[in-house]
Amino acid sequence: MSENGQIYRISGPVVTAIGLDSKMYDVVRVGDEGLMGEVIELHGDKAVIQVYEDTSGVRPGEPVVNTGLTLAVQLGPGLLTQIYDGIQRPLPVMQEKMGTFITRGVDADGLDQKKKWTFEPTAKKGDKVESGQTIGTVQETPTIAHKIMIPPNMSGTIKSIKGGDFTVSDTVCTLEDGTEIAMMQRWPVRAPRPYRQKYAPDTPLVTGMRILDFLFPLAKGGAAGIPGPFGSGKTVTQQSLAKYSDAQIVVYIGCGERGNEMTEVLDEFPELIDPNTGKPLMNRTVMIANTSNMPVAAREASVYTGITIAEYFRDMGYDVALMADSTSRWAEAMREISSRLEEMPGEEGYPAYLSSRLAEFYERAGRVETLEGEDGSVTVIGAVSPPGGDISEPVSQGTLRIVKVFWGLDAPLARQRHFPAINWLNSYSLYPQSLDQWFKDNIAADFPEIRTEISSLLQVEAELQEIVQLVGSDALPVDQQLTLEVARMIREYFLQQNAFHDVDAYTGVQQQYQMAKAILTFQSEAKTAIEAGGLLEDVVNVPARSDLMRARFEGEYLSRIEGLVDEMTKQIAAAAEEN
Amino acid sequence: MAGKEYRTITDVKGPLVFLDKTEPVAFGEIVELRLNDGTMKNGQVLDTSDDLVVVQVFEGTAGVDRTTGVKFLGDVFKLPVSKDLVGRILDGAGRPRDGGPEIVAESNADIIGAAINPYARQSPHDFIQTGISAIDCCTTLVRGQKLPIFSASGLPHNDIALQIARQAKLTASEEQFIVVFCAMGITAEEYNFFRSDLERTGALENAVLFVNLADDPAVERLITPRLALTAAEYLAFEQDYHVLVIYTDVTNYCDALRQIGAAREEVPGRRGYPGYMYTDLAMLYERAGLVKGKKGSITQFPILTMPGDDITHPIPDLSGYITEGQIVISRELHGSGIYPPINVLPSLSRLMGGTIGAKTTREDHKSVSDQMYAAYAQGRELRGLVAIVGEDALNERDKQLLSFSGLFEDKFLRQDRYEDRSIDETLDLCWDLMQTIDTKYLVRLDQQWIDKYHPKDKKD
Repeated sequence: MSENGQIYRISGPVVTAIGLDSKMYDVVRVGDEGLMGEVIELHGDKAVIQVYEDTSGVRPGEPVVNTGLTLAVQLGPGLLTQIYDGIQRPLPVMQEKMGTFITRGVDADGLDQKKKWTFEPTAKKGDKVESGQTIGTVQETPTIAHKIMIPPNMSGTIKSIKGGDFTVSDTVCTLEDGTEIAMMQRWPVRAPRPYRQKYAPDTPLVTGMRILDFLFPLAKGGAAGIPGPFGSGKTVTQQSLAKYSDAQIVVYIGCGERGNEMTEVLDEFPELIDPNTGKPLMNRTVMIANTSNMPVAAREASVYTGITIAEYFRDMGYDVALMADSTSRWAEAMREISSRLEEMPGEEGYPAYLSSRLAEFYERAGRVETLEGEDGSVTVIGAVSPPGGDISEPVSQGTLRIVKVFWGLDAPLARQRHFPAINWLNSYSLYPQSLDQWFKDNIAADFPEIRTEISSLLQVEAELQEIVQLVGSDALPVDQQLTLEVARMIREYFLQQNAFHDVDAYTGVQQQYQMAKAILTFQSEAKTAIEAGGLLEDVVNVPARSDLMRARFEGEYLSRIEGLVDEMTKQIAAAAEEN
Repeated sequence: MAGKEYRTITDVKGPLVFLDKTEPVAFGEIVELRLNDGTMKNGQVLDTSDDLVVVQVFEGTAGVDRTTGVKFLGDVFKLPVSKDLVGRILDGAGRPRDGGPEIVAESNADIIGAAINPYARQSPHDFIQTGISAIDCCTTLVRGQKLPIFSASGLPHNDIALQIARQAKLTASEEQFIVVFCAMGITAEEYNFFRSDLERTGALENAVLFVNLADDPAVERLITPRLALTAAEYLAFEQDYHVLVIYTDVTNYCDALRQIGAAREEVPGRRGYPGYMYTDLAMLYERAGLVKGKKGSITQFPILTMPGDDITHPIPDLSGYITEGQIVISRELHGSGIYPPINVLPSLSRLMGGTIGAKTTREDHKSVSDQMYAAYAQGRELRGLVAIVGEDALNERDKQLLSFSGLFEDKFLRQDRYEDRSIDETLDLCWDLMQTIDTKYLVRLDQQWIDKYHPKDKKD
């Protein structure tokens, strides 16, 4: 056995080597072209390797070299604004090296090794430092200060530390025991980064999407699943979240999806302004694009690459949001590799370990106390693409067992052009209880009650609709007809939101609350008016109501909403008096 | 390496041949089989190791026995490409079918095709006018898009594909497309239909045809679309052509994929199709688009027939997850004699939103298309209600919507196979039809476009 072995067998992305001294998950170089691969199984003297590049033309007998390292990412300044493939090769660098098409055997560093960053030390000589402790910062983008931390499993007393312009591999700090510390550290992607302890989430991740924040809120450090059939708007929803959520860092993983979608993000994000900082969104974003036709093994790795980067920023004390679009493609990559390994399949051909892999991945989300004692979080939002939109399949089910928020996208809603096509009847969030205190403190004391009223109105509507389907709405008593009107208002005015409209795309929570209150005001005023003898048709058709609804597309809505509601109240009262 | 002939076949199973120990053979290498009667067959290595090699034989394994000679050609499958491809008809394995000479290669291109670096892509934003109202208005085609036709057996998807091939042009430049047509397991009759239409309209001179018919070997179908797309890539990115790739029928392709999977005793996924079908289809569909620094483009029009008209069947389902929308053909509309029977409700073009507007089509396009869609959807829904309660029970608004849905199908959808409507004609037609509905019910139209485009003289 030695570090060098030989290829014995090739079957698609799976290569078997003999005579290779290796451990599980060692990174190896396969064949004359040195294709990158990872050991995923050991059988006696045979090592089974999944290869991250196309294997056509590779022959048995070609060499396999063990690098002795596990699959790891480079962490340090230069991550933000970058776009990587599934194994952290920067796509712009790959384009430079190999042109338009992605060819093989080209290696590229995750971080630019030549670029100099200005390092400002925050620790000084003689300080005792522990792993995870900040020793200095680099202003990586105008909005994000990148903290340089002592890598995990390292500690000591600082012998020397210097500020100035350095590359990521230059030593910026030396410890008494001679350990040299650079700005860049490596971390194996399959292992979670350490932290002190996990906290219960208590702050919502504000997304600016009304149906999400108001009815089904997600906590910072929580995990959400978005299943939906094709064309139901998963990607648009994920992109909206990447644009408007109030995380400080966004990691966006395009896992086995369309090439053009990633290009769109690349074109769009530098132009878009972050509503929370006023700077381009790109400044806080790291992207990973392993499109559907790029090698499956790299697709399998892409979610790990992404979450490791997310954890790294979490360790600096940032709130990180990670979007994975789509986790089904990741699961399919696992299935493909598994079937090449001739493993005994579980449900629908997926490997038996599918649900534990899903659980391990989502478990890397969380709000933590970092090694340094700061508060940081990783929120994970995973899209799921169930075949035929049927969520009884293994990936959806495996996801639902773990995540606490379920945003169910719905094909019929999408077909009615009701966007976001999130079904309000079957979606859920288990966070409201832990988040209500935040809503009470920051928005309004009666926030939880308003939410309950809105969602129960929608529930009642669903029941009434069943009757309406049979007998028509005219057969209902007036108060129930009013309920239908109000529910329609909730759907069209509140739940529908245009992700492409400059103003409507983002609604602050305070404004969401005011909008919900306005709807309930309409309900109570209309009810009073009808009891006083007003006709339903006159009352619900007051012009001020449509003014109120339409004005959400115009700016300064929050300051105008009160006036609009007053006007509506007046008109409703007047409508009642006419009779 | 090439030249050595092995006679070490141990097993033959379906389209697969298993060989004992050979010299090292490359994964994906091309194989030549010589039968005892002198017949030659071609194949490709699917699995290779020091002890065993698995070869998939494109022409099927009829006549293969343990004494058949197997020669490894030392290279992966390549297509000779040159400008001479234009105007040629090739078979499913890339050999001339039109009696013409072999293609003189300018270079040889690997048919598997590498993935386009997403960073090197350019977002598609150029409107393609197909002259078909339903497509131009409601599911706008964009240059560089992959937009499949989801059809079913017995529906006129071929006519629609041909009409698009005939009429597709960029409004901005009047540039024409070059057509790469790829037949996978279609009948000779269907093929002749395509061919004669292309011939008659003169498009054949500007087309490349790759033809694998229903009686040609099924396994060959797995390489036919790859050959076609390799030719398309060469023409688009080396020769600056705008290429329109039409391939039909993806369902036959997937069935061939399933056949190989079954022969290899792979663990099947849904309905027996292999678990990697998504990735495999993506490797075809994703070979569309525009790239930075190149003039040409590839627009794809795959046609697939949904088994049992079922859109949740794995083939349309996985396709829908990869392609940028779909055009759905409806049996119901076809039954009522409407051509093209495009059901706009489940149809979608994902690239439409970023494309249409004043610069490319017309300023009112978005508004009009939303309103047409909404009114038609509501009208269709009312048909169900009318069947129960009768038309008299409807209110004024519903009556108008109901009658509009009929007009939509009769005047807007229906058009002749040779009728080429410009986008202006299409949008004007929309306004014409929408005036049958009171303006106050047209809530999705912007007031400014009503003021500008509504045929007022007829209003009230």
